[in-house]
Amino acid sequence: MGLTPVLTAHWDEPKSFDIENYQKHAGYVALTNSLKMTPDEVIGVVKDSGLRGRGGAGFPTGLKWSFVPQNDGKPHYLVVNADESEPGACKDIPLMLANPHSLVEGVAIAAYAIRANHAFIYIRGEVPHAIRRVMNAVEQAYAQGLLGKNIKNSGFDLDVVVHTGAGAYICGEETALLDSLEGRRGQPRLKPPFPAVAGLYASPTVVNNAETLASVPSIILNGADWFKSMGTEKSPGFKLFAVSGHVKRPGIYEAALGTPMSELLDYAGGMKQGRDLKFWIPGGSSVPMLTPEHIDIPMTYEDLAAAGTMLGTGTPMMFDKTTSVVKAVSRWLEFYKHESCGKCTPCREGTYWITGVLEKFEHGVGKEHELELINDICGQIAGRSFCALGDAAATPFPGAMKYFASEFEEATRKPVDVSFPPERTKIFSTVGVM
Amino acid sequence: MTLTSDNKATNTQELITATIDGIQMQVPKGTLIIRAAEKMGTFVPRFCDHPSLAPVAACRMCLVEIEGMPKPQPSCAIPLTEGMVVKTQMTSKVAEDAQAGVMEFLLINHPLDCPVCDKGGECPLQNQAMTAGRTESRFEIEKRTFPKPLELSTEILLDRERCVECARCTRFSEEIAGDPFIELLERGAKQQVGIATDEPFNSYFSGNTVQICPVGALTSSAYRFRSRPFDLVSVKTTCEHCAAGCSLRTDYRRETVMRRLAWEDPEVNEDWNCDKGRFAFGYLKTNRLTQPKVRNLDGNQIDALWPDAVDIAAAGLANAQGKVAVLLGGRLTLEDAYAYSKFARVALGTNNIDFRNRDHSEEEQQFLGSAVAGNHNSVTYKELENAQNVILVSFEPEEESPIIFLRLRKAMQKGNLKVTAIAPYLSKGLEKLNAEVVATKPGEEGKVLSGIDIVENSIILIGERAAAIPGLLSVALEVSNKTQSKISWIPRRAGERGALEAGALPALLPGARPVADASARSEVAKVWGVSNSKIPSEPGLDHSQIIKAAINGELKALIIAGLDVLDAPDPKLFSEAINAVDFVITIGVQENSLTRYANVSLPVAPVTEKSGTFINWEGRPRPFGKAIGSTNALTDARVLSMIAESMDLDFGLQIIEDLRMELSELGIWNGSKLEKPQFESKEIVDFKNDNVILSTWHQLLDEGAMQVGEEHLAGTQKSSVAYLSEETAKQNNLTTGDLVTVLNTRGSITLPLEIIEMVNKVIWIPFNSKDSKVKQSLGAKEGDIMLIEKGKV
Amino acid sequence: MSVKEITAEHIEELEVLAAKYPVRRSALLPMLHYVQSVQGMVSPKGIQTCATVLDLTPAEVAAVATFYTMFKRFPMGKHHIGVCINTLCALLGGDDLWKELTETLGIGHDETTSDSMFTIERIECQAACTVAPVMTVNWEFMDSMDPAKLKELIEKLKTGAPVQSTRGTLITSISDSERLLAGFNDGKVNDSPDADDSMLAGLRVAKERNMTAPIGKGVR
Repeated sequence: MGLTPVLTAHWDEPKSFDIENYQKHAGYVALTNSLKMTPDEVIGVVKDSGLRGRGGAGFPTGLKWSFVPQNDGKPHYLVVNADESEPGACKDIPLMLANPHSLVEGVAIAAYAIRANHAFIYIRGEVPHAIRRVMNAVEQAYAQGLLGKNIKNSGFDLDVVVHTGAGAYICGEETALLDSLEGRRGQPRLKPPFPAVAGLYASPTVVNNAETLASVPSIILNGADWFKSMGTEKSPGFKLFAVSGHVKRPGIYEAALGTPMSELLDYAGGMKQGRDLKFWIPGGSSVPMLTPEHIDIPMTYEDLAAAGTMLGTGTPMMFDKTTSVVKAVSRWLEFYKHESCGKCTPCREGTYWITGVLEKFEHGVGKEHELELINDICGQIAGRSFCALGDAAATPFPGAMKYFASEFEEATRKPVDVSFPPERTKIFSTVGVM
Repeated sequence: MTLTSDNKATNTQELITATIDGIQMQVPKGTLIIRAAEKMGTFVPRFCDHPSLAPVAACRMCLVEIEGMPKPQPSCAIPLTEGMVVKTQMTSKVAEDAQAGVMEFLLINHPLDCPVCDKGGECPLQNQAMTAGRTESRFEIEKRTFPKPLELSTEILLDRERCVECARCTRFSEEIAGDPFIELLERGAKQQVGIATDEPFNSYFSGNTVQICPVGALTSSAYRFRSRPFDLVSVKTTCEHCAAGCSLRTDYRRETVMRRLAWEDPEVNEDWNCDKGRFAFGYLKTNRLTQPKVRNLDGNQIDALWPDAVDIAAAGLANAQGKVAVLLGGRLTLEDAYAYSKFARVALGTNNIDFRNRDHSEEEQQFLGSAVAGNHNSVTYKELENAQNVILVSFEPEEESPIIFLRLRKAMQKGNLKVTAIAPYLSKGLEKLNAEVVATKPGEEGKVLSGIDIVENSIILIGERAAAIPGLLSVALEVSNKTQSKISWIPRRAGERGALEAGALPALLPGARPVADASARSEVAKVWGVSNSKIPSEPGLDHSQIIKAAINGELKALIIAGLDVLDAPDPKLFSEAINAVDFVITIGVQENSLTRYANVSLPVAPVTEKSGTFINWEGRPRPFGKAIGSTNALTDARVLSMIAESMDLDFGLQIIEDLRMELSELGIWNGSKLEKPQFESKEIVDFKNDNVILSTWHQLLDEGAMQVGEEHLAGTQKSSVAYLSEETAKQNNLTTGDLVTVLNTRGSITLPLEIIEMVNKVIWIPFNSKDSKVKQSLGAKEGDIMLIEKGKV
Repeated sequence: MSVKEITAEHIEELEVLAAKYPVRRSALLPMLHYVQSVQGMVSPKGIQTCATVLDLTPAEVAAVATFYTMFKRFPMGKHHIGVCINTLCALLGGDDLWKELTETLGIGHDETTSDSMFTIERIECQAACTVAPVMTVNWEFMDSMDPAKLKELIEKLKTGAPVQSTRGTLITSISDSERLLAGFNDGKVNDSPDADDSMLAGLRVAKERNMTAPIGKGVR
């Protein structure tokens, strides 16, 4: 089906982020339409569309909304997960930068559907440029009565607060995000209770990824069938694919789900300097890596799962032949160690241990038996830690060993910078403004 | 098998059927896997799990296999459900491997310094490493280290490299104590327990964290490196510090108490105790009296042999010819207090006896005799936990009865309790109970209590301070009757309720029997084996009257036991009284300022060296055995028996069994009680601008006699400050940070001022803290009118 | 370096933040950002102040302040400079940039130059992988960096010459950024550029190749 610009369709227009431009393209019409429907009808449309969470887990959005109890007398909350921090993931931030109103409109529709009068947009703290645009969008929406009291005379009230994080990847985990939003350490909560029952302030809460919510207005506007006309049965719709790494034109490619990587790579101009692809990761460092042989697999939740990996955030990182897998894995583990929240033993201690051992391999002094040790440690983390961060930390190494075991063996004899000189791997692009 | 519900599992009695390790069982719905497994004899290893704390499933040590679930699951956080099939490490390789993996992780950064660690020998990590750990480490990189130890407070030390981050301590501090002064700081592998800069872990309950720490990360300054657990002998004892009645574990080595811990008692202190009970036992070694002393003809005190001292005491008492009185402190055991009660009547022929070495009144005696003594339907901790409404009058739970505080807090957190406090301000302690304060001037509590809406079946907790407020106890009883609300009297000291039951009051015989009641007297006389006439039918003098009579020369001799003059309602008058009488016998554990006035000073055993019983505020007997057996210290009862013998009386209370038998022979009294008090409240008269009403109570940790010699503990005391409302401060040209002087004709106290939200025209100062000793400096009591002025540096 | 005091006016602004939430404690992260904008760090006094405003213990605030890496417990310089050293950026040149930066300024990770101009940090993934290797100045992005651009950047910052972030505004100071992060909009939304090449990459190809999403009834 190819590229399907919906969210990105008008990013090339001046001040695409402004409400004026947004409204030129039927902005907030979906909200107006939604407010004429019952909340359950809105949930019904989103359910019918088959929209799945774009944050990584792929949970059906409409279903999530329907879990929120009704008439329970408690306040409900909508929380936007815009804590995009997964290595490789870089689609929510550009989205908020160029088209923040699609998110704000999605927030308003979703809040109406789940009967929430209060929504929070939790944006990671390191992106003032995106925060500024979302703040502005929220203020503009308030100014036009699209947020606040009695929106469009519907009787529906909604307050939206733009909230900033402060540097913690774990806050992308929804319960850690809620704790963080409550002004606590961002450590995941014990489940049950699930957020739909007891989330923010122990009240029913829906946490949705930013891209997910930004996709909602177009679904309301054009209908579930329109949405389903893109993608596959189990992975319907369009998606922001952020292609990065050793490609000619790294960037955002909005395409139907099911578009194979080979096609996306073609749009991105192929590999840089014509070098061969060595390995790629479809959706963030937390999903297992793939090799060129997997390049034609349709980018869907189901097809990638069948290949032993996941769609994740749908943000493929492409690495060419000059890349040291050992170094790549070692850095990712450093990341997980840095970001482990410390709550549970396997993740806290396991990442500390693995990074210590992998460092030896980077310097070419790893021991053969230590490969088995790292594998064991990964096994002791996976499935035994408190949340998915542990599982994620246990992913890169076994994934890399599956295809590149010999490279790790070489690292028992030779520093990786000798085997893979960094000068060849780096790309000092001339793109960019200064 | 059917496992019955214990107090911690669940209240519902609905049973579900599940299987653990192939054994089918029925458990109450809601029972956690880890508890059910434990009940059937399988110990699933754990660190973060603690039955009194909410589950967190953080350490991952207790992973088990649950049929139908792809990953091993934390048994500490998952309740058994109908039909669930669980396999623990006993039958599941998955569980066994998972636990072994977690144990390996816990040990990689652990220093393995067990040989020098306080916890070595009683350490869950050490023990579980023996069963679930590897024999050799696979960890070859550098261990995480920290400078050690970190001083969380003067009392609590932290060795961070030993910590397994289970967060029991931080969760305890937040959930149970309400004192989140320690927290997990930093993140990931750097995560560590810590405090904020300049804000030490000064919680009254901090010692519990040392006890529940499953490794040797938290230690106490007092005990650190002092002994090994396997060199200690443990005895179950009862805490002697307050009326809570906590069960303690007293650990001693070579006749010396090395440490004390909370002994789990679900009915009373649950898993906890307070830091005073845990750490304040240095007095056992400080200023101990070991030798009888008598005053010779030159007026000097000299050591004496027991028989000589006893004879001199007996002779002195005989010389006094009935012009004798007995003054007790509130710290005696039931048995010892009973011995004094009997001795006064049988040996001295007097009802002049009073255990209330504090502010007291005739109204209070009537209150105690009519509503407290012999009441077998008094409020319990359990009732507090399940109460809907509790009203606090002249009572500050965290400071004056910390275990009540914990239980009220537990009830409040369950969400069913509303606490209302009639108090001058919302203290930190009351805040932690989410209490509503009806801001009240001391003296107006009665008016307020009868004015507020009280739901039926509330519980009124009234503190011993109420005795200082005329009319208050009378009103409280009336309100209690009118609203069908139980009322419970909360004394501070451990021996008060026992002494009351023992009849150590001028108008009461043992078992709430009024001395004025002829059949009561005859019942008691029969058990005592004396003629009815031996027990005077007229009530005797109370503490204040005794002091006055002594000063007026109406008394010749005093027996003063277990009492510190500094606690007396008026220390100055007390001293005058001692000087006025011919003959003084002091009986006590420690030397204090009274000892030197004694004609005969007799040493007695502290709680660790005798058996006995404290009756706690609930009226619950808390018997305890002798911890340290080989000292020859005598009980008060034994000493009294010796004196009686020297007076040619058959006293018959040589050993604890005699005492207990006699107490049980006395049995329950179903006859008349003292009249209910019907005293008038006093109107507060208009007073001048620079006059204020004094409000004061003891802080839990203060300058109390039994806290001597505990520097580490003393370091966690609250600092002494005075509180005024903004308006009152303004009227007196005072602001926060100023020094304020409180004065009366007797003396003055000067403290830094803090302005808080509180009732106007009242100053609050600590009762017996550093720089604030109300009795010594002012001889005043709560409700007195004081002058204030700006203090000088 | 002396840390700026928190004044009564600052406490008023902290109150404004606390009042934004149904439960005041939710404002803690923004409040700590605010403290950092005032003090250039989160000092013990700053922690104490937040605790007082929110009726928490200082330990409760410290627990939060030490969890998040953006909060610094040492005084930062005027500019905070980050270099992404996560895998993709590092491999594509981030390691070189870090080396260049430390050599140019003579300091290491989480250190501040003696003239209090720069604090530098090895930072994790910034969600800017399509413009790797990325750096940040006061958290505003400097996309697709190379050592030469880095040198020029530092020079400009040192001399006070204007520096435009590739996605954000003109660089001012970490203090200004932190104020925005605290929730006080700086109104500079129009100062930053429109979508860049990487953001438009897909749209351009779609237009070149005449690709669109299906036309829906609502049209967009």
